[in-house]
Amino acid sequence: MLKIILNPEFLHLILAAVAVMAFVAANGLVLVYMERKIAGHIQRRPGPYEVGWHGILQPIVDAGKLIGKQLFTPDGADGLLYWLAPIVSFVWVLPLFIPIPFGPKLIAYNMDLGIVLILAFAGVNLLALCMAGWGSNNKWSLLGAARAVAQSVAYEIPLLLSIVAVAFTSGSLSLGTAVQQQGGWPWQWNIMVQPLAFLIYFICALAETNRAPFDLPEAESELTAGFHTEYSGMTFGLFFLAEYANMIVVCAVATALFLGGWQGPVFPGVWWFLAKMYILLFIMIWLRWTYPRVRFDQLLNINWKWLLPLSLANLVMTALLTKLF
Amino acid sequence: MKEYLKQIKNLWSLIVGLSITGDNLFRRTVTVHYPRRQVDNLASFRGPIELLPSAKDPDIPKCITCMMCMSTCPSGCITVVKQKVPKATPEEEQAMAEVEARGEKVKKHTAPKNPARFIYDFSLCSLCGLCVEVCPVNSIGFSSDVYMVVRQRSELKLDLLARLSAKTRTEGKMKEVA
Repeated sequence: MLKIILNPEFLHLILAAVAVMAFVAANGLVLVYMERKIAGHIQRRPGPYEVGWHGILQPIVDAGKLIGKQLFTPDGADGLLYWLAPIVSFVWVLPLFIPIPFGPKLIAYNMDLGIVLILAFAGVNLLALCMAGWGSNNKWSLLGAARAVAQSVAYEIPLLLSIVAVAFTSGSLSLGTAVQQQGGWPWQWNIMVQPLAFLIYFICALAETNRAPFDLPEAESELTAGFHTEYSGMTFGLFFLAEYANMIVVCAVATALFLGGWQGPVFPGVWWFLAKMYILLFIMIWLRWTYPRVRFDQLLNINWKWLLPLSLANLVMTALLTKLF
Repeated sequence: MKEYLKQIKNLWSLIVGLSITGDNLFRRTVTVHYPRRQVDNLASFRGPIELLPSAKDPDIPKCITCMMCMSTCPSGCITVVKQKVPKATPEEEQAMAEVEARGEKVKKHTAPKNPARFIYDFSLCSLCGLCVEVCPVNSIGFSSDVYMVVRQRSELKLDLLARLSAKTRTEGKMKEVA
């Protein structure tokens, strides 16, 4: 037993798990603040301003408020599913961070099938939304969950195909290898070889993380809050945190696959990774406060009529060209 | 095929939208941070109506008790009461009788023009401004009282005459201080 515990590999994994949790929580706070500030300034108002300097402590106060709130089960809800859903939603986000190479050495566990692991575990979040929607015994929740399923199932396909196209060019399913094969300068990045794949990936990532303009599962104006209508306090907080963690994951994968990861023109390192990731997150937030929500038929039309054929064509072209050269 | 090209062309509008929001992101905010700064355009603010003082006596309104506001008000929130004709003293009555006996025109007492009571129920008022418009002597105006707070609905029944004299008193004090 002691041998297992003192095994450096095991200690490494424990350390990684703790670090990932801290990273997710810290980034959740930063992103909430960033989102509200950007939303405010786009609408020509200051956003949070009163708590701390320019409202910088607002997310911490909000977290305290969420923790202090009462939790209760709505009438006729399925207790097991209802309480399990937020936990499932949050816990299964954490493994997604394992294969992401934040720096040359800063990676929880460098595995050959990193991309496959991320794609596989990303699907579990959908199950959590389903459980929440079904367990709440609420029509809005159920509608939100149904929308989430239709949306995620549809958008996972082009997402996968665009990632596979990149995997073809780099010849590996490991994110670490994908980063190492790219250079520091922008013209050495995969986005130059696969611009269409990047575009498709980013659109699908927006849809997969339920971000506006594809936020139909939680469309406020139609479904109050969609699948998490009945949740209060920290159960809602876990869904919220999981959503932001998912945003970080999709942006981190985009950075590693398309934007050269931790490679940069000077001083390659983790700061390049974080800078690129945060630029992508900023674009995501910017998009949210610019575009109106799409209708459900439009949502599926974009996917089945545009993204899917385009990503397939892109994949075939990539396969042909990699075979030829 | 043509339609597909058109749809691709329409993607340009997404860029236009992003540039608009991106432009606004870096422009100055237009909101006012309330406790630290306050708005100064209260002239156009419609607070509960108030009586305006006459030029001679700041305690007495310009009002001539014509009842136009009372009959115009669509929500019936204004109640104006006329002053009574002062009773003549026995000496005056005697003097009047003498004048009448001589066959001359008697000069009787008349009621003062300003109102005895001016009650305004703010809980019914919709701030439509018809009373302000209809007043022939411009005795009614909107106050700029942004901070009016009451604890009970009954407190919204305002005695505008009392409010007017209270206002002149505070203004007088302010002048003394200055």
